Amino acid sequence: MSRINGDDVRHVARLARLDVTDEEVELFTGQLEAVLQHAQDVEALDVADVPPTAHPLPLANVFRDDEPRPGVDRDEVLAMAPDAADGRFRVPRILGEAP
Amino acid sequence: MSGWETVIGLEVHCELKTRTKLFCSCTNAFGDEPNTNVCPVCLGLPGSLPVINRAAVEYAMRIGMALSCSVEPSIFHRKNYFYPDMPKDYQISQYDQPINVDGWLELPDGKRVGIVRAHMEEDTGKTTHVGGGASRRSSALDNMGSTAPAGRTRIHGAEFSLVDYNRAGVPLVEIVSAPDMRSADEAKAYVNELRSILVAADVSDGKMEEGSLRVDANVSVRQAGAEQFGTRCEIKNLNSLRSLGRAIEYEARRQVQLLESGDVVVQETRHWNEDEGRTHAMRSKEEADDYRYFPEPDLVPVAPDASWLASVESSLPVLPAQRRSALASAAGVAASDVALLVELDLDDLVGSAIAAGADPKRAINRAANEVAADLEGARRLSVESFTALVKLEADGKLTATQAKQVLAAMLAGEGDDPAALAAAKGFEAMSSDALAAAVDEVIAANPDAWAKFVEGDPKVAGLFVGQVMKRTSGKADGRLVTELLRARAASAEA
Amino acid sequence: MTAERAIDIAAAVRKGERSARDVVDEHLARIAERDGELHAFNLVLADEARAAAEAVDAAVARGEDPGPLAGVPVALKDNLCTRGIPTTCSSRILEGWRPPYDATVVERVAAAGGIAIGKTNLDEFAMGSSTENSAFGPTRNPHDPTRVPGGSSGGSAAAVAAQFAPLGLGSDTGGSIRQPAALCGVVGMKPTYGAVSRYGLIAFASSLDQIGPFATTVADAALLYDVIAGHDPLDSTSVHDRLPPMVEAVRQGEDVDGMRIGIVRELMEGIAPDVVAQVNRAADALSAAGAKVDEVSVPACVYGLSAYYLIAPAECSSNLARYDGVRYGLRVDAPDITAMYSSTRAAGFGAEVKRRIMLGTYALSAGYYDAYYGKAQRVRTLIVRDFDAAYKRFDALLSPTSPTTAFAFGAKSDPLAMYMSDVCTIPSNLSGHPAISVPFGVGEDGLPVGVQVMANALQEATVFRAGAALEAQA
Repeated sequence: MSRINGDDVRHVARLARLDVTDEEVELFTGQLEAVLQHAQDVEALDVADVPPTAHPLPLANVFRDDEPRPGVDRDEVLAMAPDAADGRFRVPRILGEAP
Repeated sequence: MSGWETVIGLEVHCELKTRTKLFCSCTNAFGDEPNTNVCPVCLGLPGSLPVINRAAVEYAMRIGMALSCSVEPSIFHRKNYFYPDMPKDYQISQYDQPINVDGWLELPDGKRVGIVRAHMEEDTGKTTHVGGGASRRSSALDNMGSTAPAGRTRIHGAEFSLVDYNRAGVPLVEIVSAPDMRSADEAKAYVNELRSILVAADVSDGKMEEGSLRVDANVSVRQAGAEQFGTRCEIKNLNSLRSLGRAIEYEARRQVQLLESGDVVVQETRHWNEDEGRTHAMRSKEEADDYRYFPEPDLVPVAPDASWLASVESSLPVLPAQRRSALASAAGVAASDVALLVELDLDDLVGSAIAAGADPKRAINRAANEVAADLEGARRLSVESFTALVKLEADGKLTATQAKQVLAAMLAGEGDDPAALAAAKGFEAMSSDALAAAVDEVIAANPDAWAKFVEGDPKVAGLFVGQVMKRTSGKADGRLVTELLRARAASAEA
Repeated sequence: MTAERAIDIAAAVRKGERSARDVVDEHLARIAERDGELHAFNLVLADEARAAAEAVDAAVARGEDPGPLAGVPVALKDNLCTRGIPTTCSSRILEGWRPPYDATVVERVAAAGGIAIGKTNLDEFAMGSSTENSAFGPTRNPHDPTRVPGGSSGGSAAAVAAQFAPLGLGSDTGGSIRQPAALCGVVGMKPTYGAVSRYGLIAFASSLDQIGPFATTVADAALLYDVIAGHDPLDSTSVHDRLPPMVEAVRQGEDVDGMRIGIVRELMEGIAPDVVAQVNRAADALSAAGAKVDEVSVPACVYGLSAYYLIAPAECSSNLARYDGVRYGLRVDAPDITAMYSSTRAAGFGAEVKRRIMLGTYALSAGYYDAYYGKAQRVRTLIVRDFDAAYKRFDALLSPTSPTTAFAFGAKSDPLAMYMSDVCTIPSNLSGHPAISVPFGVGEDGLPVGVQVMANALQEATVFRAGAALEAQA
């Protein structure tokens, strides 16, 4: 049973903002299919009663105080930017609104 | 729009006024130079990790308790999507285990609006869109002091956007109401009340215009009496209470028109345009967002213990609803009757005056009218002065008109002893004998008119009151005059 | 030539018997001679290392103690942030990026007098088991340059094996320290999850990543562990427990009398016979030294690979979203931002990274979360439970580190075949338990074999003790 097909791969590539060529789609589809096929041993398990382990150690309530500390210098930050202007990062035209 | 019911739910994002951001120690401040309150964490630099600000959690708990929510152990989730104002291209938020659930907010008129949840999340940076202009590449770079490395090609001349991350990582609480509101006025009352609560709890500035309070409205319509909800639209870009009201009314009308013409309402997000006075569908995205929520692995759960919960509970200030009900019961009136006083912070004044023996209705009246009109002056008005003034009026020593004038003088800072001010203005109340005598003289001088008055002709009433006022040089209390006239008429009939 | 030990170097430098500058020059000379062939380093920090060494010598001259790593060169995996120094994750998307801050472990190494001698090569973004996925070319195994050094920390492992530095730092998400250590014949150790701060480690899979030491001896690995471990307020997942110094545990290593050691049955399956032979020899050696050795079953281990290849890619797909051309790194220009994102990421990431991002995005996507990521996190609990049961009867567990000795370049071009390299190491990443790989004998091809010792959470002392005992018997 095919778990993942070319359309899935294209869809996922779009979600992940990755351009993929047709060759890559074909290659990746096969490879991802193989991994998911292998993972069917996990898929087949009934673990409904088993709680998930998000963290190996049972830590909770880790906080920091509300005290300001110096951050990084703006010039240092903008110096590594691919494009900047006016003290801000510059990016090309945005289509669509923020979700 | 008769026969139709509007259903409104509101999502309000509230910026917390902590000193630092939610996950890092950068200053949380509005209006600083762009990108001057940033660090590896809020810039999402490779290798950085978030650490939760304890004060932000405490403020979130305060909000939850102020809204009568249940404060629960909670975790953070990642909400994954791409946008340049999000340094990590995911937002750390809360999903199915939020900190506050199942509360309510009481409107001034007593109606309760359900609060589904109030969860924590980090704010995004700010993007400024620069429109497509004629500026060519080099001039754009020169004029704006670009720091782009030499030799890299740029595609300019078209639109671009500038991003400032000062606001990225600022703590937010998103408060989601149940779809319990039924009118634009109710929605505005909700936001107003919520804002008062947030300000009273000292967790936020609550300024819509500055963006520390942001409101999105979910609006749908249905036939009056229907049980199912209609399809809703989300309205964004509401920058003031006025916009909120206008947008809801516009949107409800738009949806009703669609449905009445046999069309359907499409579930979508719409943008309110204040200048045009209408909503627009937002440019459709290529596909629906799939946020791929999963628990934030860089953070551990937040589980406030009983003693922390108790200390937050006990640190909650008296909230507007409690103030309304306290004053209402002291005054023997409905909570909605004192809503304005509480909103204007005059409830202490009135409540104390009533406790000192002032007549409740008169105290409320004077405060809601004269004092409310001069809030600046109200600051120098003492409980004693106010109480004394109300007593003078209630005892009949001053007419209503005189009392207003003395009060105005006190508010203007002319003095704080109403009796002295009254005397200085030459106000004395008339003795009841003198008043009765004046009334009787006017009755005697106008026998024909009096006969009509006794028969119940309302037109002549004004004549008699006017004559009495003239005869007493304005010192008579109009209400007392009217009462006396009626009493005389009644005994004349008998 | 037996490698010089970090412990000895530090002692000599602290006493003023050797200059840190000389130590650094010797190592730089070795690097110059052979790294052209091996490519362990993406970047050699010759000037910086000399300057740091001179500072250490000046401190000693003033009568100050520079610290337990005085003058010892340390190779840093190139996914550890080093302030002002390019940190690339062996990826084009971060080529030339200079972090404005140091990772906590980098600060701690420097504060202990250690000398950062270079940034080592890795599989891109730590995804791989052979260092063949580096965008800047592979690293070669010093024992046989036609073979891989393992991965993803292949550069650090090779650097220590080639004596370019006595100590190295790597990161381990599914075995990326232990497996290359085994293939290169050096010691590699993964701490308990949370024992070492991840602040400044460029994230791959947040709930699995840990930074750990490479060394030529267990004692040296313990020395470095003691320097880097400990609570960090900048890492919310960092443990608060204070562990005793591991150098002490190692000193007790001769004595494993009475230690109960279990050979994990499930992890002995599908292993090359020459590797199995070494593990059995190790078990016998420990037994002879007084340990009680037996076989133990940890049944859920068989699900480890599948669970890992759902969890790790899911977390990485989110962690790598930030590489979008907006704030740093590579940008491929485009007329609109979505096109810019997509072209930049397509150009900047290699095939394995893309594969994992897509697999991870799929595993988290609407309709698939419960079946894939959600389920894998529950399977993780099963693994933890089975380990807990085993640790009721045993103090430490034994297994191979890698199913084979070092394989040839290109031998595992099928991704799934490559993923199998991690079958023995993955379970302790999923459980968060500490583990060490100690060189023990050679395979049929004369290449090094590593044997793995695992212990329960925060039982680093057991791991180092048993590791030292193994080493003594190797």
